[in-house]
Amino acid sequence: MMDCKVFCRSIAVITEKNMRIYYFKGPVVIFGLLFPLIMFLTFFIGRDLDLILFFPGFLGMMLFFTASSVGPLITPWEKREKTYERLVSLPVILESIIIGDLLAGAIFGIAITTIVFAACTVLFHIPVANAGLLGLGFVTGSVAFAALGTLLASPTTDNPSNIMMLSSLIRLPLIFISGIFIPLGQLTGPFFLLTSLSPLTYLVDLFHAALNGDAVYPPWIDLLVLLGVIILFVGCAKVIQKRNLVKGI
Amino acid sequence: MVPAVTFEYRKTSMDAIVAKNLRKSFGPVTAVDNVSITIPEGGIFGFLGPNGAGKTTAIRMITGVLIPDAGTVKVLGTDVQKDPLTAKLKMGVIPENGTVYSDLTAEQNILITAKFYGMDRASREERAGEILDRLGLTERKNAYVRTFSKGMRQRISIACAIVHSPRVLILDEPTTGLDVHSRRLVIDTVRHMNGMGSTILLTTHNIEEANALCSMISIINKGHIVATGSPEKLKKTFDTSRYVEISFDQQVAPALFSDPGITRAEHWGDKWRVYTDDPDRAVKYLATVADRDHLKIVSIATSNPTLEEAFVRLTEA
Repeated sequence: MMDCKVFCRSIAVITEKNMRIYYFKGPVVIFGLLFPLIMFLTFFIGRDLDLILFFPGFLGMMLFFTASSVGPLITPWEKREKTYERLVSLPVILESIIIGDLLAGAIFGIAITTIVFAACTVLFHIPVANAGLLGLGFVTGSVAFAALGTLLASPTTDNPSNIMMLSSLIRLPLIFISGIFIPLGQLTGPFFLLTSLSPLTYLVDLFHAALNGDAVYPPWIDLLVLLGVIILFVGCAKVIQKRNLVKGI
Repeated sequence: MVPAVTFEYRKTSMDAIVAKNLRKSFGPVTAVDNVSITIPEGGIFGFLGPNGAGKTTAIRMITGVLIPDAGTVKVLGTDVQKDPLTAKLKMGVIPENGTVYSDLTAEQNILITAKFYGMDRASREERAGEILDRLGLTERKNAYVRTFSKGMRQRISIACAIVHSPRVLILDEPTTGLDVHSRRLVIDTVRHMNGMGSTILLTTHNIEEANALCSMISIINKGHIVATGSPEKLKKTFDTSRYVEISFDQQVAPALFSDPGITRAEHWGDKWRVYTDDPDRAVKYLATVADRDHLKIVSIATSNPTLEEAFVRLTEA
């Protein structure tokens, strides 16, 4: 019979440990903060674009990159430093490690994106059509993409740069097929179909609903897809990491 | 000054660790095959074996780090696979290479480990202070572990493992690669924890260390336990290999050692090594013949069977 108090405590301490150690690591700062800012500025500066129209996409990209940047680093780093074995020998189970890693990523995503959002709201007078939906978008989006980060960290390696490369390989194409640089409403045919395959599309659409009220999908579909993505990513991460424990790697 | 330690257990009649029929294979290689051990509460139990014998794999299964292919492990009555959280609360583990978080300070490493065991803030800080003092790291408590030597890192690793005063302390090669000072601190801490009531399970390939520390030893080789017993019992397994080492002031012929109690004699540097089942009789005989042949004995020493000898014979087999 699992002790729920011990389980919750293990998640909280793992999250705290991750926040203390990994938030200021180079790869997290580069891929989580600088990269989305540079990407947006590259597309925005020098073009006559409507900031209000593109802001939900920018916000979605920011949350996507920040939330998914911490997870991929943790497990490979700890395997390289050989602290992973110590962690597993403490009163934790695999689920606590996965959820602790996920929460560290999600909190990082929410914190940084909230600061950016607040600054932009003050500077550019960004409208908010539905604050509740915006909050839900922040939470589900950050958890979904932190789960992606945790899944990306699951393959066996003790070399963090391998995982950062893999995560860039998966994350970069997603920003081009998620309605960030071309609004979803302007896409048709196969392009629209392609965007529907990316989970980031649903977060961007949710932000459109919350900020401008011009979403393509109903918000409940966006939320449902994001919840499904969380379950899928966490489930896959658990299966892979459990297999690693059986194999002793 | 070493502070007073504020914990002590009442020993129970329960076995501290019961591992039954543990087996683990990695592809075609069987690292541990049908290993069973029972460790009563309160002792120091050693897993002794050469490199690659399966010690670390066995320890990793006992601590819940590795899932066994077959077999069960119970720590103080709790099944490690079925209820890992409860089982791990009772253990303190020092993994091989004594790893700790390099990006945290010495004190932060201990405090964050204490949080996993649900210790309140005051207890965490008090206990961290006590342990840092005991391990001679108080002055470096705010230094990042990445600036520490291997010996200091190992001491922090031990500090993390004992912060919650575990009833079972498991150490994987705790003194490998350490300098004399750090090694002594580690051994003293192991003895101290045992004195306070913790059951100790340690792996080592250092025979002297096992002989000095352990009340019970299992010798493991090629994934199998080949012998289990107290160090003295294991030594006596090969009791026939006792000998007397003697040197004279001049060369002597092998015929000198023709007493029926002497099984054989070998030239050993400037000495003779005389093998016997009865060292007392051999010494008396050698003194008699030295007197008879006007030989001066330069040195004489009897040698008891060593654990090293038992280890070599068992692992060779």
